[in-house]
Amino acid sequence: MQEKNTGNSHHIIDYSTYVFVWVMLVGLTALTVTIAGINLGDYTLVVALFIALIKASLVIAIFMHIKLEEPIFKVFIAIILATLAVIFILTFIDYTFR
Amino acid sequence: MANGTAVIAGKSFYEEGTTKSKSGIASWIFSTDHKRIGLLYLISIVSFFIIGVIIAELIRLELIAPGETIVDAETYNRLFTLHGVIMIFLFIIPGIPAVFGNFFLPIQIGAKDVAFPRLNLLSWWLYMTGAVLAITSLFLPGGPADTGWTFYVPYSVRTGSNVIFALLAAFILGFSSILTGLNFVTTVHRLRIKGMSFFKMPLNIWALYATAWIQVIATPIIGITLLLIIIERTFGVGIFDPTLGGDPVLYQHLFWIYSHPAVYVMILPAMGVVSEIIATFSRRTVFGYKMVAFSSLTIAFVGYLVWAHHMFTAGLSETAAVVFSLLTFIVAIPSAIKVFNWVATMYKGSIDPRTPFKWVMVFIFLFSIGGLTGLVLGSLATDVHLHDTYFVVAHFHFVMFGGAGTIFFAAMHYWFPKMFGKMYNEKIADIGVYMFLISFLTLYFPMFLLGYNGQPRRYFDYLPQFQTLHVISTIGAWMMLITITLVVWNLIHALRKGEKAPDNPWGGVTLEWQTSSPPPLENFEEMPNVPNEPYDFSHLTGIKDGSK
Repeated sequence: MQEKNTGNSHHIIDYSTYVFVWVMLVGLTALTVTIAGINLGDYTLVVALFIALIKASLVIAIFMHIKLEEPIFKVFIAIILATLAVIFILTFIDYTFR
Repeated sequence: MANGTAVIAGKSFYEEGTTKSKSGIASWIFSTDHKRIGLLYLISIVSFFIIGVIIAELIRLELIAPGETIVDAETYNRLFTLHGVIMIFLFIIPGIPAVFGNFFLPIQIGAKDVAFPRLNLLSWWLYMTGAVLAITSLFLPGGPADTGWTFYVPYSVRTGSNVIFALLAAFILGFSSILTGLNFVTTVHRLRIKGMSFFKMPLNIWALYATAWIQVIATPIIGITLLLIIIERTFGVGIFDPTLGGDPVLYQHLFWIYSHPAVYVMILPAMGVVSEIIATFSRRTVFGYKMVAFSSLTIAFVGYLVWAHHMFTAGLSETAAVVFSLLTFIVAIPSAIKVFNWVATMYKGSIDPRTPFKWVMVFIFLFSIGGLTGLVLGSLATDVHLHDTYFVVAHFHFVMFGGAGTIFFAAMHYWFPKMFGKMYNEKIADIGVYMFLISFLTLYFPMFLLGYNGQPRRYFDYLPQFQTLHVISTIGAWMMLITITLVVWNLIHALRKGEKAPDNPWGGVTLEWQTSSPPPLENFEEMPNVPNEPYDFSHLTGIKDGSK
């Protein structure tokens, strides 16, 4: 609403948190590369996607400040992720039963 | 002030702008005023629509007799591709949101502008860039694409025509669409006037809001898919082409994951306009307001779940086909909620059948035929017979042109007095509506029969027994050309010589009717009154109240 201008409010996150998240991201990337060299068979893709999911969550929550934002943004992201999940499920209904 | 400018009392947005230059083309193409951007879109979109119509006339002329008539087979393929690309990406997807959404969304929620005015201007520039790219391919060696607007692989990977130009054009147009969507979502959340809760918003806003979400979520999928074709064509990477190890059905999945929701980008805003017009000319609040509002969101969501009904004969697994067929039937529910509520709104209303209302009646008739024939195509057994025939061509022209196209004209006639401050000749406009209905049915109804009898779509040639229906359809195309010329001429004539329009010529109660015609730069000289309910006609004086 016009009288509500929450867009200008500032969130303060410590530099140490940013550095910690950055180190986590680099570490997880290294983990992905390492795991790619191990033969996990059918689980290779699942593990890689799981690590990617953790990395994406960190970026969204901390770097994009969503952790500290209003609930409406979390609802938006949940809706988008749900839509994406539904698209994946429906596509795989085709590929699995073909 | 949204644009950092001061409003001068009594001046319309035509007399003062947001740019340094006070007049001339620069005051338009660099303006961040949402109304000017809406009008920029109007001029661009109508221009491309006219090009699309001319190409369609050529296609129909070619089909007046079997064999080669005016163009060869390859040129025919290019013509129907261009017609599809122009009408889908340049006219009907941006159509109502970019023109009437841009102009009226901020006004209907009592805002001074959209949330990101510069981004809004950028979206028009991107639209023009995409359009220029699409048109440029006409004049380059190789010629325009001949793949059809769907760019199906593996043909789009192998053809020698300028597919990359058309793909890049669609890619850039997608960005324009995303920016408009982002702007509308943010504007609706952040810039509503004090007192206007979500359930006091006009239904047009609900429809634009639902549409904006589809634009934001679905469009990136087509963007990346088109880029993948470019990569495959340019570098020979096997993604979709089976000879390179790719999967052509995957392309169809990705293409329709966007392009089916895009159908709702085309039709949902039209449904919003219908709710406005029916309420205004029935002098009644919309029956089942909340259900109509929620049905927009439901259509937007369920629209994501049905894409593979375009692929029933493309090698889809049987399980998936059954699931998608079932889901397709579910879309009929929110669509029917809208249609029944519109009819219930008119029941016992004090109906004033002016020109915009007549356009809407034409819409309900044509869209119902288009919608119900969609169910025939959504059924697995009948789709096997009708897939890729003229039945499909007739169905989507009834839904898209009879639906969204008709409402583009309806919205033009409804908001023309507000946008330009002039009234048009209603008698001529009414004749235009009647002619439209007759020429539309003459043009497209024979296509249902052609398809049912087995005439495939996109074919340059046909068997002699189909000629009578093709001739009727071509005559319908000529009648449609005359109709569109009459309707457009009537509006252009009104712009130049029309009488001055009052602020509220139809007795509407949404906020745009509380400001002057045309509105001032920041939309309202005084803060408008937000009514207790969105379509409250009880306070209106001078107009007979039939709401009981």
